[in-house]
Amino acid sequence: MTVGKDVSALFPDVVNCMQTDNLELKKLVYLYLMNYAKSQPDMAIMAVNTFVKDCEDPNPLIRALAVRTMGCIRVDKITEYLCEPLRKCLKDEDPYVRKTAAVCVAKLHDINAQLVEDQGFLDTLKDLISDSNPMVVANAVAALSEIAESHPSSNLLDLNPQSINKLLTALNECTEWGQIFILDCLANYTPKDDREAQSICERVTPRLSHANSAVVLSAVKVLMKFMEMLSKDLDYYGTLLKKLAPPLVTLLSAEPELQYVALRNINLIVQKRPEILKHEMKVFFVKYNDPIYVKLEKLDIMIRLASQANIAQVLAELKEYATEVDVDFVRKAVRAIGRCAIKVEQSAERCVSTLLDLIQTKVNYVVQEAIVVIKDIFRKYPNKYESVIATLCENLDSLDEPEARAAMIWIVGEYAERIDNADELLESFLEGFHDESTQVQLQLLTAIVKLFLKKPTETQELVQQVLSLATQDSDNPDLRDRGYIYWRLLSTDPVAAKEVVLAEKPLISEETDLIEPTLLDELICYIGTLASVYHKPPSAFVEGGRGVVHKSLPPRTASSESTESPETAPAGAPSGEQPDVIPTQGDLLGDLLNLDLGPPVSGPPLATTSVQMGAVDLLGGGLDSLIGGPNFVAPPAAAVPANLGASMGSGLSDLFDLTSGVGTLSGSYVVPKAVWLPAMKAKGLEISGTFTRQVGSISMDLQLTNKALQVMTDFAIQFNRNSFGLAPAAPLQVHAPLSPNQTVEISLPLNTVGSVMKMEPLNNLQVAVKNNIDVFYFSTLYPLHILFVEDGKMEAVSSRLQGSNIFTVAKRNVEAQDMLYQSLKLTNGIWVLAELRIQPGNPSFTVRLPAPALPALGCLLPCAGQPLLPSLLPRAGVSLMGALAQLGWGPSEPDVNEHQNSEPSFQLSPIRLPR
Amino acid sequence: MIHSLFLINSSGDIFLEKHWKSVVSRSVCDYFFEAQERATEAENVPPVIPTPHHYLLSVYRHKIFFVAVIQTEVPPLFVIEFLHRVVDTFQDYFGVCSEPVIKDNVVVVYEVLEEMLDNGFPLATESNILKELIKPPTILRTVVNTITGSTNVGDQLPTGQLSVVPWRRTGVKYTNNEAYFDVIEEIDAIIDKSGSTITAEIQGVIDACVKLTGMPDLTLSFMNPRLLDDVSFHPCVRFKRWESERILSFIPPDGNFRLLSYHVSAQNLVAIPVYVKHNISFRDSSSLGRFEITVGPKQTMGKTIEGVIVTSQMPKGVLNMSLTPSQGTHTFDPVTKMLSWDVGKINPQKLPSLKGTMSLQAGASKPDENPTINLQFKIQQLAISGLKVNRLDMYGEKYKPFKGIKYMTKAGKFQVRT
Repeated sequence: MTVGKDVSALFPDVVNCMQTDNLELKKLVYLYLMNYAKSQPDMAIMAVNTFVKDCEDPNPLIRALAVRTMGCIRVDKITEYLCEPLRKCLKDEDPYVRKTAAVCVAKLHDINAQLVEDQGFLDTLKDLISDSNPMVVANAVAALSEIAESHPSSNLLDLNPQSINKLLTALNECTEWGQIFILDCLANYTPKDDREAQSICERVTPRLSHANSAVVLSAVKVLMKFMEMLSKDLDYYGTLLKKLAPPLVTLLSAEPELQYVALRNINLIVQKRPEILKHEMKVFFVKYNDPIYVKLEKLDIMIRLASQANIAQVLAELKEYATEVDVDFVRKAVRAIGRCAIKVEQSAERCVSTLLDLIQTKVNYVVQEAIVVIKDIFRKYPNKYESVIATLCENLDSLDEPEARAAMIWIVGEYAERIDNADELLESFLEGFHDESTQVQLQLLTAIVKLFLKKPTETQELVQQVLSLATQDSDNPDLRDRGYIYWRLLSTDPVAAKEVVLAEKPLISEETDLIEPTLLDELICYIGTLASVYHKPPSAFVEGGRGVVHKSLPPRTASSESTESPETAPAGAPSGEQPDVIPTQGDLLGDLLNLDLGPPVSGPPLATTSVQMGAVDLLGGGLDSLIGGPNFVAPPAAAVPANLGASMGSGLSDLFDLTSGVGTLSGSYVVPKAVWLPAMKAKGLEISGTFTRQVGSISMDLQLTNKALQVMTDFAIQFNRNSFGLAPAAPLQVHAPLSPNQTVEISLPLNTVGSVMKMEPLNNLQVAVKNNIDVFYFSTLYPLHILFVEDGKMEAVSSRLQGSNIFTVAKRNVEAQDMLYQSLKLTNGIWVLAELRIQPGNPSFTVRLPAPALPALGCLLPCAGQPLLPSLLPRAGVSLMGALAQLGWGPSEPDVNEHQNSEPSFQLSPIRLPR
Repeated sequence: MIHSLFLINSSGDIFLEKHWKSVVSRSVCDYFFEAQERATEAENVPPVIPTPHHYLLSVYRHKIFFVAVIQTEVPPLFVIEFLHRVVDTFQDYFGVCSEPVIKDNVVVVYEVLEEMLDNGFPLATESNILKELIKPPTILRTVVNTITGSTNVGDQLPTGQLSVVPWRRTGVKYTNNEAYFDVIEEIDAIIDKSGSTITAEIQGVIDACVKLTGMPDLTLSFMNPRLLDDVSFHPCVRFKRWESERILSFIPPDGNFRLLSYHVSAQNLVAIPVYVKHNISFRDSSSLGRFEITVGPKQTMGKTIEGVIVTSQMPKGVLNMSLTPSQGTHTFDPVTKMLSWDVGKINPQKLPSLKGTMSLQAGASKPDENPTINLQFKIQQLAISGLKVNRLDMYGEKYKPFKGIKYMTKAGKFQVRT
């Protein structure tokens, strides 16, 4: 068998040997079974009996061995028979057997997931998390994590403070591998306040001195994540920062492979919290026999840590590296010197002189690389170091790489007026124009035009030549277009040309390759995983089919503020469900019509989210998406959200208090702001917002946050056609450019005179927002009550309901049930009538539209601020959608009221009053 | 979790494969070979290689690539740590870890690998548990096995796996009870041209060899525990006790193990025990260069420096060297351009030196890079950080053990730039 011969023919004979007491023989037979069971599934069934018997052996080690082997036999037929023994072993008195059985569940899940779920093994596994033996806990966590990975939605590892406590206790006592599983699992938990976060951190910190580097890094992940919740003025915060540095440094003295992974992670940590390692620069100095992958990473971190305090040391090192043997490394070192110059202004002078020294070495690739970075230095500090140009020009002939040539040409063009022979230099480049790469060609074209604008007299011929080369003899459209633009500019208005071509250039940023803050935050949650090695979120490389839950850092909250208003909390809170974002397309703004990307027909998806509502901790996240949805809670805006936030977590009963407390107030309810467009999908622009109705006018309250690194300007907004003709009544006005990390609040007035198209669901609104970066699309659901007009009143019965423009038609009592008949009118003139049945003592109410076949119109009541209907809240929007869809937008019936908009699709069947 | 393991030798042959889940085809290693080709040297193969369906994580030790295949998001450090553990286990079992030895012991290798992982989850990685399960091959046992036909598989089951101290087996018995501790410190340093220290740090370990009967409970205390601010412990050490009293309290594993490793960082002043005076110069005009190195003791606390070996990678342009050492022997490999000088002991009265000339390629310009000098040395009876063990006590058993402690300082990555 081990030499590759097929001995499956011996199957029956081997199976006969199974019932031996000789352990060695037993192991061999098991090994044989694992290899050949797949090819002889029928025969393998013969082995089942022995397994069952072995699972009841008095020796726990035999039981464990049997259960372990069982899981390795990947034959469907057998797995069914193995459920019983496995169940027994999961409840075995011996921890060693339980621990082995836990892993076996994961094996079985891999073979037949359905079976595992049907047999209830998952629940047993969850129970094992609270096992008394730490190794069992660790293995149960490991098995659950593996199963959860293939079922991202299943919420298998549902953590609460009790189970966290269990895990933390087990953490101290289990094996190193178990500690990794437990720590990774802990990292997925979101503590409810900073006190809990701190106590978890305190118990995790000892893991930082573990000999196993994977344990250390997993502990670092937990600490980095939970630190986010701690207030910076806390003493403990400072202590924790200090404790993080030594273990990270120690990782760097391990084997090179470990170093590499550690360095990739340190790179993230340094970007997130540079203060941790700011004094440890020296450990990142490169040794000449480090593997190249370690060298490059160290270099990168050195630049990130460079500051005024240590720049002298860093520069001396970098200069040393620039004389090493490895070409890639040398190039990167030279480039690093340039980056230091840009980052630390005080050192620029030194850096430039170091670069000049390097150019003097005349080593070809060093010179080229140096010229490329000097170009960047010129950009950052214009008109400061022109004196070096002469030295650069000496090396003109040795440049053979496009990037270096382009950089040199840029320098010549930029400083044309100070270089006496600029025309000659550029002319020399022009000779081989067609052989150059596009980059060089474009640069050459621009440089010659610059030269012409600065010294028009002598260079007329040259510019003519380059323009004709670019426009007539080139098939590169970029080059041709640029050539034509310059040509036209120069021929029509040289002054304008001067303004355009010689315009002041925007500053270049200090650090070029920083990771976007939103991505960085996500990656911090993935420290120690493959994602952190690639610096990409798992969604970007994990194979399809396995949905990946986005992780994000917990928002900073103090325990005293745990009841803070959700209006501020959700801004940073992780959202369990992303709002619909229409994928960016190249189409123009108006071309939204063909996009049909709203959520599928009214019911299911929203219904499932709303079911969770009672249990969701508002601050813990997950709710903002719900709030963003059609969530018709009636109470007025100001007072309510605070209560709402506090009580939502504690369940249904509190909601009664909540709503009865505020139900007496009048006015229309405003849904708390929800994130409509996450920054990750919109190149750093985050939009959250809500809809309000105030004194007869509808408005959209937007909050725009710039989470990118560049300034955003030129905002504009546009809506797609929608069911009620909602359209912006005024352009989106963002007065000042939005600088990074700035937030601006805007209230955009809306009207309902836009063009109309039926949407699915009805209150779906597709929005396009443009800024100087790109156009972003997203869709949101607006609460219908903003469309309820004030003159919808039919008969005044309940003043409470009137607050939100829902009016009571009639009220009567049938069989000890209160029946309420409600009316409301939408902005486009649709009247809606509904029947509400209230049974005293029963918290759920039946709402229906009286016409047969019309489903419940539950939404109307909660949105009217009805204090008695908490349980209906979540469902509200959904059923209204369904109701209206069937109510008004179906094929026309004989007696049709033409809608005032006279859109053919807008037809409304009449509603008959009950009885 | 870990799916499969491939062992690949430096000429690119897969000579062993082991699958813990379903079988992954060998062809997955093609991606590894690609990366290997791209990297100029074996050391430079990146440790994490993505392929369309798998990820390959590799470590390179003893001229063998250990390539693990994973399919899902698994912490890479976990896998790499495990691979190093596999190598350590092989070394522990067979003395050396090399291709021929692994091939000779292929049965034991498979048995060990099978016990180390279960479905990709680590199962038994402690060497004492493994050794109970599968006995390491010795000459005597091989002879006995060939005669009697028995094998290395232990007939007992690993009792250690059941206990709360999985690292120690029960029922240990010795006639001579002894506990030895070795404090070994390695200096990693970079010294610049002028002889000043750019960075220096100390990596220290305390390795123990404990052969004690029963279940002894040991405490080890230090004269100056404050030095140890960055430590990592063997799981047997009680962390709480260390935190509060700065005392190491533990039930030791049986046999050899690493009790703790520590790191004295660059911020503390690290004493540098040797200095190197060098004069390596190339002249533009002639094809000869001058080479001169002298090694001398610096801060050695009165101890002798022994086992000094100086190596240096000379620039490509150097054709040959003619050198005379004042002591020891030297070699220069004209192919790899590696100069190696085995100095031996340093006598402070008569400093060892190596002088001579280098012949360069005729007509070639002088080399751009300066060779870096790599130094190895040993100092017995000295822990350069100043760490000292105060006392070792034993509780829980009645007998008097024999205790011993040894200090040693070695060069780690000790480099002198020229």
